[in-house]
Amino acid sequence: MSGHSQIEVRVGEIETVARDIKRFRLEPASGTTLPLFSAGSHVRVTMTDGAKSFCNPYSLMGSPTEGASYQISVLKTAMSRGGSHFMHDTLKLDSRLKISHPVNLFPVDQRGRKHILIAGGIGITPFISMAEQLSCAGRPFELHYVIRDRGRGAYASDLTAKYGPRVRIYCRSDDEQLPLSRLLDNQPLGTHLYVCGPASMIEGVLASARAEGWPNENLHTEHFLAPPVGEPFKVRLEKSSLSVNVGERQSILEAVEAAGVDAPYLCRGGACGQCETNVLSADGEIVHNDHYLTSEDRRLGKKIMICISRFKGNGLVVDL
Amino acid sequence: MSVGRIKSRPIYKGLVPDASAKRHLIVAEGEGAEAVAALEAKASYGFLERAAIFYVVSGARGQEHKSRLEALGADVFYSFPSIPTLLFRLNGVLTTATMGVRLYVSGTEGFIGQVLQAALSHGIDHQCVLTEHHGSLARRVQCIHCKGFTEMVKTNLVKCEHCGITLLVRDHYSRRLGAFMGVSADAETPGELPPSQENFP
Amino acid sequence: MTLKFKAETFRNDFSFANSPEAILRFPFPFHEDKYMYSVNVEPHVSGPPGSVTEFAFDVDEHYVAEMQDRAIVLKEDPLRCQALPHMMLAQWDLLELIMTSLARDYPAHFALAREGDSWHWINRPMGIDHSFIFGDIAKLPCGPIEYATRQCQGDFCLLDQRDGNLWMDAGMVTTQADWSLDFDLGMNFVEWHGPVPLAHELGMFDRALKFLLNLQQGRPVRRLNWTMTVHPRLDTSPENYHKWGKDRAALSLENVGDDLHLRVELQALWRLPRSNAIVFSIRCYLIKLRELVTVPKWGRRLHRVLKTLALELVEYKGLVRYHEVAVAWLSEYDDGAPTSAGCGPE
Repeated sequence: MSGHSQIEVRVGEIETVARDIKRFRLEPASGTTLPLFSAGSHVRVTMTDGAKSFCNPYSLMGSPTEGASYQISVLKTAMSRGGSHFMHDTLKLDSRLKISHPVNLFPVDQRGRKHILIAGGIGITPFISMAEQLSCAGRPFELHYVIRDRGRGAYASDLTAKYGPRVRIYCRSDDEQLPLSRLLDNQPLGTHLYVCGPASMIEGVLASARAEGWPNENLHTEHFLAPPVGEPFKVRLEKSSLSVNVGERQSILEAVEAAGVDAPYLCRGGACGQCETNVLSADGEIVHNDHYLTSEDRRLGKKIMICISRFKGNGLVVDL
Repeated sequence: MSVGRIKSRPIYKGLVPDASAKRHLIVAEGEGAEAVAALEAKASYGFLERAAIFYVVSGARGQEHKSRLEALGADVFYSFPSIPTLLFRLNGVLTTATMGVRLYVSGTEGFIGQVLQAALSHGIDHQCVLTEHHGSLARRVQCIHCKGFTEMVKTNLVKCEHCGITLLVRDHYSRRLGAFMGVSADAETPGELPPSQENFP
Repeated sequence: MTLKFKAETFRNDFSFANSPEAILRFPFPFHEDKYMYSVNVEPHVSGPPGSVTEFAFDVDEHYVAEMQDRAIVLKEDPLRCQALPHMMLAQWDLLELIMTSLARDYPAHFALAREGDSWHWINRPMGIDHSFIFGDIAKLPCGPIEYATRQCQGDFCLLDQRDGNLWMDAGMVTTQADWSLDFDLGMNFVEWHGPVPLAHELGMFDRALKFLLNLQQGRPVRRLNWTMTVHPRLDTSPENYHKWGKDRAALSLENVGDDLHLRVELQALWRLPRSNAIVFSIRCYLIKLRELVTVPKWGRRLHRVLKTLALELVEYKGLVRYHEVAVAWLSEYDDGAPTSAGCGPE
């Protein structure tokens, strides 16, 4: 159980920023300020819809040093487990939510002599606070923002207005392409590159950067995942002496929690390692969906990241 | 008192060609030439066209190594009579180097440490520099008391070249300083020193 | 609570001593009659009133004297406080944490008034009354970490989190038990713990690192560490080892009770908001054996802990030269009676 007390917030403002994208401003429910955060941080938002509970991570936009409110952007996705639909369709002004304290799995490398930020679609959100932080500190940066069409380019004009030539927008519907090799070329030593967006874009950018000799230490991405859906399966919790059914749209962690068992977690997105659980036996195949375990760990099959990974088969027994 | 290799000490994993680098900066000293030759042998076609070799001519086989490395046909080959002269040129090159450069270093530990310091000062993360140890195990030692450096120390005890305190050469290593720690060897019982041994020949 | 600050020294005549109240609140670290390392981390939540863990940072009767000793150390060796250039944001985070904590927890001694970035800080015991702009280094007499930690007991290390590791990239270290900031600056978690025997093989540091990488804002943690020091000398740095080292060989049954001190470090770690760095505070408490044995349980327990301590730890903690004489002296205070579990004096 990560068990940090959650912060109660109210929805102070809702803005439709672009097609399928809404911005929410969250204010403290009880009038105190919200914790300051480092650029790249996210909060986990817990929403309850009757019997169902969702817990999704959203990057914090806006000024890290403001404290009066947080801003998050939510893209309504078809493939979701319901969280984004809930946010879009059900939340109104003054709705109450609970959020975690800010956690940062995508920080700026403070030593960087220059920072290149590459965003695709909704991936722009962590870069809004990063650009603010870098700009305030007087650090050189470039923000390259790939949007599908002008209608979906949330914040594009705001960013251009604020940061001028440091921001470049590439609109795919206008046939504009991210000039990746030109971007990677001729950058001074100590430049750091950050990419956030659809998985295929992230993979493409990182692969190109590596192929141009950029070392991994200078490449950063936010490995944020929503738990994928899949066939239901059973898990036995050895220490608790009970078995749980993991539903199609439910993660092992959620199923365990629904059964009243506390399991450690933090990011709930497969990136931080906190929910690593020992596998006592597995009659079937572990489907590793995380970005944390090494290939050796996966080969040995003795560990599973329960917030995000699944199982195919008959008998998964874990040490919970 | 060391159980195995102390964790602050770098592990010199060996030089392997990085096929994706746009430019290879290969920096070696003395017997480190062996690693450079081996690197070239493992490299694929086109590696040398994008390579610059910097070599400090030292040791009994220095001239022989120099000729051998020069003959490899890298894009650029520089030889230097000493480590400081190599570092001077290297710093100049690193000032204008761009991302996509890969640094390879081979030689004694003290040499590697100093090249890494130069790399760090130009924004290269030490974890992406390839290193290979060749030659003497002699250590670069910093006197923790006066902060002075004493080079090429082969024994467990050494008199600090700056303040004169007799130092015990410890295994704790600082990458930032590029040196091992030297601490007063007889602070607790002045005059009583442990036996001197050539531990780092 | 208003404290009475003592005038005492941690060098030369070593006039340092603990009042009876200070003895009873001493953070005795042993919960059983033997000792082995463990990660032993617990949440840094408010402890019992009057205890060393009641507040985020403990200010005690030794505050003024310790800050004076710090000033002397820094004057002789400015390298005891350093920060790599990229740690400025973390420095401001730390200054904020220290000032807000002290003002909140010791309102009789400290006050902080903030209007936006205009801060007004008052430190009555040290006679400081200073206005400055938060974030503007030009308005401080020295860097933020130096300014703040010159007014707070204990050493402080700022750890930058990147590449799945923690890097000691800034610190104020003047009350250390034998390690050098200047030497360790820039090392990562596993590297700076390099010299610690046994613990690496036990996997302790890998587990501790994983835990700390996930340390969250608002959830600080703490643990205790211990060693021994001859004379109440705060500055037992390697830099000055050639000056204090010989103290270790000068103990006998006649003087060990007064000269040998148990040195306990209360270590606490916080996640910092703006920089995402971690601050590691190391607060040092000293008690001479003669004061310690006024608590019978502690006298018995310390005897047993030292007597059964593993050789590697005796060596690593620097106790070799006086281990035997310390055990012998303490044996007078150990009648073999059972001791209660837990660290408290009862």
